[in-house]
This record gives sequence, C-alpha cells and structure tokens, in this order.
Amino acid sequence: MTLPQTSPTLLKPVKPVGIVGYGAYVPRYRIAAKEIARVWTGKTSGLPIKEKAVPGLDEDVITMSIEAARNAMLRAQIDPAEIRAVWVGSESHPYAVKPTSTIVAEAIGAVPSTQGADLEFACKAGTEAMVAAMGIVGSGMGRYALAIGMDTAQGKPGDALEYTAAAGGGAYILGAADESLAVINSAYSYVTDTPDFWRREYQKYPEHGMRFTGEPAYFKHITEAATHLMQASGTTAKDYKWAIFHQPNVKFPQKVASQLGFSTEQIAPGLLVNTIGNTYAGAAVIGLTATLDIAQPGDRILCVSFGSGAGSDAFDILVTDKITARQSLATKTQEYIARRTEIDYATYARYRGKITMK
Amino acid sequence: MEIPRHWRLKKQRYGLVGEVCPHCNHKIFPPRDVCPNCGDEAKEQFAFSGKGEVYSYTTVYEAPAGFDANAPYTVAIVKLEEGPMLTAQLTDMGEQPIQIGMSVEMVTRKMRNDGDERGVIVYGYKFRPVAQNAIAG
Amino acid sequence: MTDVIIAGIGQTPVGEHWELGIRNLATAAIRDALQNSGGLKPQALFVGNMLAPNLSNQAHLGALIAEYTGLTGIEAITLEAAGASGGAALRQGYLAVSSGMVDVALVVGVEKFTDKIGADVEEATATENDSDFESIHGMTIGAQAALLMKRYMHENNVPENGFAGFALNAHANSVANPNAAFRKAIKAEMYAKSEMVSDPLKIFDMAPHLDGAAALVLTRRELIPSDWQGQPVKIAGSAASTDTLALHDRKDMLRFDTAQISASKAMKQAGIELNQINFFEYHDIFNIYAALQLEAVGFAPRGQGWKLAEDGSIGLKGRIPCATLGGMKARGFAGGAAGVYQAVEAVTQLRGQAGANQIAGAQFGLIQSLGGAASTAVSHILQKLG
Repeated sequence: MTLPQTSPTLLKPVKPVGIVGYGAYVPRYRIAAKEIARVWTGKTSGLPIKEKAVPGLDEDVITMSIEAARNAMLRAQIDPAEIRAVWVGSESHPYAVKPTSTIVAEAIGAVPSTQGADLEFACKAGTEAMVAAMGIVGSGMGRYALAIGMDTAQGKPGDALEYTAAAGGGAYILGAADESLAVINSAYSYVTDTPDFWRREYQKYPEHGMRFTGEPAYFKHITEAATHLMQASGTTAKDYKWAIFHQPNVKFPQKVASQLGFSTEQIAPGLLVNTIGNTYAGAAVIGLTATLDIAQPGDRILCVSFGSGAGSDAFDILVTDKITARQSLATKTQEYIARRTEIDYATYARYRGKITMK
Repeated sequence: MEIPRHWRLKKQRYGLVGEVCPHCNHKIFPPRDVCPNCGDEAKEQFAFSGKGEVYSYTTVYEAPAGFDANAPYTVAIVKLEEGPMLTAQLTDMGEQPIQIGMSVEMVTRKMRNDGDERGVIVYGYKFRPVAQNAIAG
Repeated sequence: MTDVIIAGIGQTPVGEHWELGIRNLATAAIRDALQNSGGLKPQALFVGNMLAPNLSNQAHLGALIAEYTGLTGIEAITLEAAGASGGAALRQGYLAVSSGMVDVALVVGVEKFTDKIGADVEEATATENDSDFESIHGMTIGAQAALLMKRYMHENNVPENGFAGFALNAHANSVANPNAAFRKAIKAEMYAKSEMVSDPLKIFDMAPHLDGAAALVLTRRELIPSDWQGQPVKIAGSAASTDTLALHDRKDMLRFDTAQISASKAMKQAGIELNQINFFEYHDIFNIYAALQLEAVGFAPRGQGWKLAEDGSIGLKGRIPCATLGGMKARGFAGGAAGVYQAVEAVTQLRGQAGANQIAGAQFGLIQSLGGAASTAVSHILQKLG
C-alpha cells in the first residue's frame, strides 16, 4: 500500500490550535519483566522492557484520567466551565456502557455544557481524542477541549503482551494557539483495516497476530502517517528537536525512528516504555507529556501514535515561550515514574484481578 | 444498590465541595447549610484544596461487606488545611511509614462497588502522602 | 417527684445462642424479670435494640416481643440509639413511669449478632457511624475506636500495652458472673500477645459481639405491693445527651462531652457528688471508651483515664470499681441489651447479691450507655433504698 496519488491535505484547523495545558499520570506500582518471566518461562534475557507500571487496587482509567486532567488544569489555569468537550480514549474503560468522560468532566468541574464521549481505537484512541479536540477548538465551536489517552492495559497471563501491558497516560487541554504552550501546526491520520490485535466483546484478554503486528501494522502505519505529515509540511527529521512514536516495546519505536531518519537523542525524552511499559492509548500521549516537560520554546516535535486495527495519527507541534512557566505547575512525568513501589507477581495478580474469586 | 445516594454526594466525593459561612468565614465540610461555628445559615459553596495532614490513622483488616476485596487498608482522620477534619482512606503509601502530622493530598479513587461488580463504581476522595518530588501548588 | 423503682431484673447468659432467635432471647429475659418482680403486670414495653433490621431482617420488635411474651395488647415500641439503645429504652421506661402515664413498664434490651457472620456484621455495625462520610470509606467501629486510641496514645504518651488494665480487670470480674461469656481471668502477657485488630487496637481492647437479652421491671414506689420482699433500687438520676455522629466533626474528639453532660445531669438530679458513687458500669465495648468515660465523668483528669486501669483504681477494691461483673469486655457486648445488662448488674450490686464481686456498702452506682463513640450517652444513677 502506498500513499494516495493525490495527497490529501493535512488536518489543519481553520483557527490555529495548540496545547494550553497537559498532564501525565503513572500509577506507582511496578513489576519487573524478569519477575513475570520467572513465573512463566524462566528466561532472564530477551525481555521486551525492564519493568511496567501497574495500577493500584483502587485505580482505573477513570481515576487515572481524573488525575492527569487535574494536572492539565493546573498547567492551563483556565475556568473548567469553558471546556466544551471531554473525550477519553482507552481500551480499558471501566464500564462497557456508561461514559468515563462524564465522571472525569464532573470531577474537574467541566459539566454540564460539554461534549462527553469515550473513544476506542486500540492504542491510538488518545490521539484520536486529540484530533477531535482540534476540531472543536479549530472550528470555533468551543474555546477549550480536553483529550485524554489513558489505559490499564490487559495482557493474558503468560502471553507475550503480559510483559508490557501497562497503565498510564496523559491529558491535553487544547485551546487557541495564542494561549498555548505548544501550537499544533497540523495533524495527519492514516487508517486501514488491518487486524493485527483485537479483543472481542466479553473477552477479558486481547488476541494478536504475533509477527503480523510488526511490518504490515505498526511500521506501515507509522511510517505512512509520519512521511505524509512531513512531506506535506515540507519538513524532514532534522527539522524536529524531538519525536515520539508509539511504544509497545523498546525495539519498535527505535527502529521506526531510525528508518524515518530520527536519532536516538531525538526520541530519548519520550521513550518511556522501558520503565513504565506499553500504556496503550496512553503510550504516545505520555511520551509527549514527558517531552513537553523538558522542551524549550521553539522546539518542534513530531508525535506519531499507532493503534491496532489499524491506524496512526501524526502531529506536527511547535513549542512556544509559554511553556517555561507552565512546566512546573504540576507533577512531571518523570516525577511520577520516580515514585515506585515494586511488587511481585502474586501482588500483581491480585491487583489486576487475575485471581479468580468465584 | 444506592444509586441516588451516591449520585447526590458526587460534588463532595469528587471535589471536596463544602461550604463557607458568610457570617464568620468558617469553612464547613461536609456541607450542612448551618454553620457549626456560629449557628447561622451557611449555603455558599467552597471547594477545599485537598491538602491536609494526618490527625490519626489505623489499618482495617476485617473489612465490612463491600470493602473486603481491598483489605487491609488504612483509614485516617485528615485535618484539612482550611480547618475541618474528615475521614478517608490513605492510599499509595509506598514504603513511607505513616505518621501523625504527615502531609497528605487528596486523590480520587475507587471506593467500592455499589452492591457487587454489576453495580456502579463509587468514586471518591482518598489521600496519599505528598511526594518528596511533587511541586507545591 | 415520685420514686421510680427497679422492681425486677432478668437476663440470659451472653454468648453464641445458635438455637435462640431474637424473640426467644427477649422472652427469656422478660419472663425472668417479671418473675423477679414478684408478678407485677406491665402496661408498656420498651425494647432497646440496635441492629435487628440489619442482622435479623426484623423490625417492629415491640409487637413481636409483646406477642411472644404473652403480653399482646400492651403498648410496645423499639428504641434505637446504637450501643446506647438499652440505656435509651431504660430512660423511656423511666420517663413513662415517673410521668404517671404508665404504672408498670417493662424494659428489655436484646441483640442477636450471630445470625450473620464476618463482613456482614462489620457492615451492620458500621451503620451506627455516619454512612455518607465515615462508613463509605470502609470505616468500621473498631477502626473508629482505633483512630481515637491512636490519637489518645499519641497525645498522652501512653505505652504500648497501656490499656491492658481494662481487659485484665473485666476478665477478673467476670469469673464469678454466671451470665458472662468469658469467665476466665487473663494475664498481662495474653493481652500483650493478642491479635492486632486495627493498630493499635488489639482483640483484648474490644468487647466480643454476642447474643443476649436483659430486662427490667419499673414501677413507682407507692405501687409496690405491701407484701413485696425485695430490696428496692431507685432510679435516682436519668439523663441523655448527643454529640456529632461523625468523629471527625467533633471539636475535640478526645473529650466525651455526652458522657460528661449526661453524668453530671444525672448526679445533679440524684443530689450526689462524684465521691458518693460506689461503682461505675462504663461502656467498655472498647477500652479507649472506658478511659475517656472515666475522664469525662470526672474520675480522672484529661489524658489520665488509662492510669486508673493501670494502678488498680478500677478494681473491686479500688477507688472506683468498674465493670464489676465483667463489663462488656468479658460479659460480652450484646448491642441494644448492653445498657440493660448494666442496670441488671448494678441492681445486683445494690441488692447485695453480687457474691464474690460484691462492692461492700454500695449505695450509688453510675451506669453509662454509649451509642457509637459517645455520639449518644445515657447515664443513670441507681440508688439502694432504705
């Protein structure tokens, strides 16, 4: 599959849009990949990451989204009543029917004049929410919109995914570019029907296509989205100070970055998977919060998500001088990562509801 | 199931919304429309900061029905920086030993299921230690 | 005001009465009390019960118990004030008789804890706390007592086993009480090694929740038949008081104001001073409550109540004997019956029938029944007449 002959235009709002506030959340519990391997395979090498973040017994996508949203509010310093959309992307919404978004909106005071919906697009539901938020603000329909990507990802015990399926994510309040700490110049999304990973209704754990998740899925979609965004924007990898690619493991984002001409340094701040795991719908967005935490005015950032099923959203972001004063207004991503309590597999099994109680 | 009751209390549970007395400026939580300090009517809403300190604490091993899945857990009386005290669980304690007087901050967490796992999830305030690396404000 | 006399007492042993339901327990205590009164005919029944709707799916105990006691037709209602339900029922019986509207009143306290087990009992007892702002946080009554105890120990530098004396005294005094659930003295080491329930609250810092019923027959002195053989015991003082339901709403949670207010009102009515009280049946469902009651009533200064247990002042031969027949700690805590057991035991003392545990020359006894952490307190002064 190649890019369409007539290149579609970028997703570029009528009114310039940016990030007014952002916030991360990572729960404090960690399980080492080698601890999971101890239980299932006995292997001590070749593990996809070092450790992953695990939510506590009293946490879920709703509580985690609320905390990330509160951090975004601390940085944005806006009246929550002016938020006209609250969209939460996740594949771990606590309810099958009943929105995560209304609870998050209520908790931050963004009710009642707001849109509210939960998005699902595997690991790109969070960036999908961001594109939708760009639409609300960029069209002039609302002054601010809140987009969240957050997950408490599921992995079948013993499956390859269990080593990485983790919890965390980020929240973004989008608003007018002139109020923003980073302007979103444009976005581009590349979507096809590619069944690399899925979870059927009523199933507790997802299935995946093993090596089929690689070339035709992750690499294809990220590469196409990033390439088109850069071509249409007239940029190359060198124009970006930082880049974030969806991070299901350490190897994939490193490889796709290299293929697209990005250096190890460019992806370093946003590459968190080794210490927090794959946070699914939160993975690209928390890579971006970590990058914004250390970004300087004038830095240009490329952020490309990937969601199975499959698609990628790519964003071309320019950091403004408003970032400096706002970075320290809330807990930073690396500060959350530094708060850690290591747990063993038995505790992890209890926390994640993997012990059958009836 | 007690859906209306939990719904009715959401502003207190999610946002620590209490009241401030217009007569004596006393901060009130939970709201009661009558100032416990001066006895006058007090209906003005006031959202507490969620910052406070541990006044007393204990661990519950034998939990009531509906809380047993999370036992053992820590219950504390927290003195909010604006004055009132409240009862809440402490969460995410890490290795830090709890002490009377330690600084804590409000977080929103799952409190219980309303009934069993088929019921709604009740969310509300808990407190955790203010992290060493957290930013004030 | 005319004297109200406790003319009859009755009780069941406190324990796990698997074979008896709430109606059977109440009936047994009532029949015992009516017989003890010499056959007085009650016109009204006041039932003290805490949790029958939760624990036994049974409300409307007044009519039920009247029926099963063969008293169908009389006025009968239930009084509920958590752990103070028994004290509250006694006070209502007292008010009814002293007003002249009722000549003979029957007061029964009854609780059936053991029809439910474990987490369901914890859930039920937690309903005595503020449901919206305490119980929803997983707070139990034990946790609430532990929070008080922790703070008390923190402020008053109480050593780790500082409350042991309360448990030792209660268990020593229960040996001679045939109605007590635990008739065995304990040693300090047993207390020290006992299971931690909710730090710092150990299993020996709390009373066991068990089944039981106790009953009283009240009448006015002038209505007692001339051939009545008993020793009359008068209700010389009766008072009740309330405080915030939630512990966190107290201005000073280490002060049991309701215990102070109700005790001083009752003493004022009785016309006596603190030093005239010969024994004190406190509400020792938790040892910390006992310490705070000793302070509130005035037997110890603030922060020093625990020392009365440590130095033996609460012993049978001490300055102020407490829990003289085992208290709730060793006789057992039977919920809405607890306050009525206190009265039954106080009458036993004042009649001089306490056997090995008899307080010599006892003339005035203070009994105090608490609901929750003293959100309600009901105090009575009982007086030996003539």
